[in-house]
Amino acid sequence: MYDFTYQKPSSIADAVKLLAEPEAKALAGGQTFIPVLKQRLNKPSTLVDLAGLGLAGIKAEGDKITIGAMTTHGAIAASPEIKKAIPGLSMMAGWIGDTQVRHCGTMGGSLANNDPSACYPAAVLALNATIVTDKRRIGADEYFQGMFTTALATDELITSIEFALPVEKSAYEKFRNPASRYAMVGVFVAKSAAGVRVAVTGASQNGVFRHTEMEQALSGNWSPDAIAHIKTPPGGLNSDIHGSAEYRAHLITVMAKRAVAAAS
Amino acid sequence: MKPGLTRRGLIGRSVATAGGLAAVPLVTPAEAAIPAAPAPVRTPEMVDIVLQVNGRRLPLTIEPRVSLLDALREQAGLTGTKKGCDRGSCGACTVHVDGRRVNSCLTLAIRCQGRAVTTIEGLAEGDELHPVQAAFIRHDAFQCGYCTPGQIMAATALLDEGHAGSDAEIREYMAGNICRCGAYNHIVDAIRDVASQAAGKG
Repeated sequence: MYDFTYQKPSSIADAVKLLAEPEAKALAGGQTFIPVLKQRLNKPSTLVDLAGLGLAGIKAEGDKITIGAMTTHGAIAASPEIKKAIPGLSMMAGWIGDTQVRHCGTMGGSLANNDPSACYPAAVLALNATIVTDKRRIGADEYFQGMFTTALATDELITSIEFALPVEKSAYEKFRNPASRYAMVGVFVAKSAAGVRVAVTGASQNGVFRHTEMEQALSGNWSPDAIAHIKTPPGGLNSDIHGSAEYRAHLITVMAKRAVAAAS
Repeated sequence: MKPGLTRRGLIGRSVATAGGLAAVPLVTPAEAAIPAAPAPVRTPEMVDIVLQVNGRRLPLTIEPRVSLLDALREQAGLTGTKKGCDRGSCGACTVHVDGRRVNSCLTLAIRCQGRAVTTIEGLAEGDELHPVQAAFIRHDAFQCGYCTPGQIMAATALLDEGHAGSDAEIREYMAGNICRCGAYNHIVDAIRDVASQAAGKG
């Protein structure tokens, strides 16, 4: 790991000011970023620790659940409000990495990183959540812009993520890599005021994407049978030592069927 | 844990009871007690921090990039916490921070100021082993022992979290800890044993 200076600001304004430096980087839970630093894949001048900004916490109101950006996966999985209102999100959070990682990793950190195999992007996109930053509100459809790429500016901080309620149905199924436990393919299915939305993570070279053909099929008939015939073209899907593009294409339908069955 | 109950001491003893090898001690007394490394030469990047480790105040002078794992091992002399992969994959470095298990290799020491850190050295009550430590010995839940401190720290947390309801649940919630010797069955036996003892008492 290269050396860096460490700053722990106590206000969002100070954090953003520090992040305006060209080589400054934000530190959320560090479960991805610390390994990146250890591999010397990144050389920040300053590490801006976001732990002092009061951004952790879950607030359930009548028509929405707001999750602070620094809320850990463990806290999300343990929240009775989330389990009741959005069971698919609760299940997803409890299934990321392992317990040690879930006690540190944060939703905001995961979304800012937008790893193409991360779980949360699928939930945020399928539930049409809103990413709230220090500057603006970003809809899920605009937010994800490809592998490790988002709508965020370099000095823009996610402060919270808003999920509109009610969510009629939600579930997440993933085929996890047995070693890393990242999603080889993960599918989140949701039915809410935003309609039926199906989001796929882990499969595409461009990161999370909506499966519109499945969305249309499920809008008319919410059942695994309604999507059983749908084939995803393997072009543009990831192909690596863990699985070919064709295999991942097959997994998308399998995971989607399981998710629909779990949410029925 | 009392000095006589270190892992090295246990190995020495088991070798002695195996017979024939006692005349060639594996561990000399000088090696058995590892003194804390001298403080490194101070560089301009270094900062002074104070950790609370196993209930004791631990002032350290470190660079901000130092992991909690390296601070514990290299500076505090607490080498019970092991460095396996150093990238959050193996769980050998598991410690508790404010009662929650974390990978100390993925935690910057500087972020732990004002938080309570518990390592394997802090589990025993005086001479009495923690029930999970005792169960690991009883069930032979290790072979080489390198992953064992991390396994035990994960297991004690798992029991506190209430995830020992079934063997499948124990396995899922121990998934962050890898054992290359493959002692998994005995590890599950040890955890199940402690869980059922606790349930019997309750």
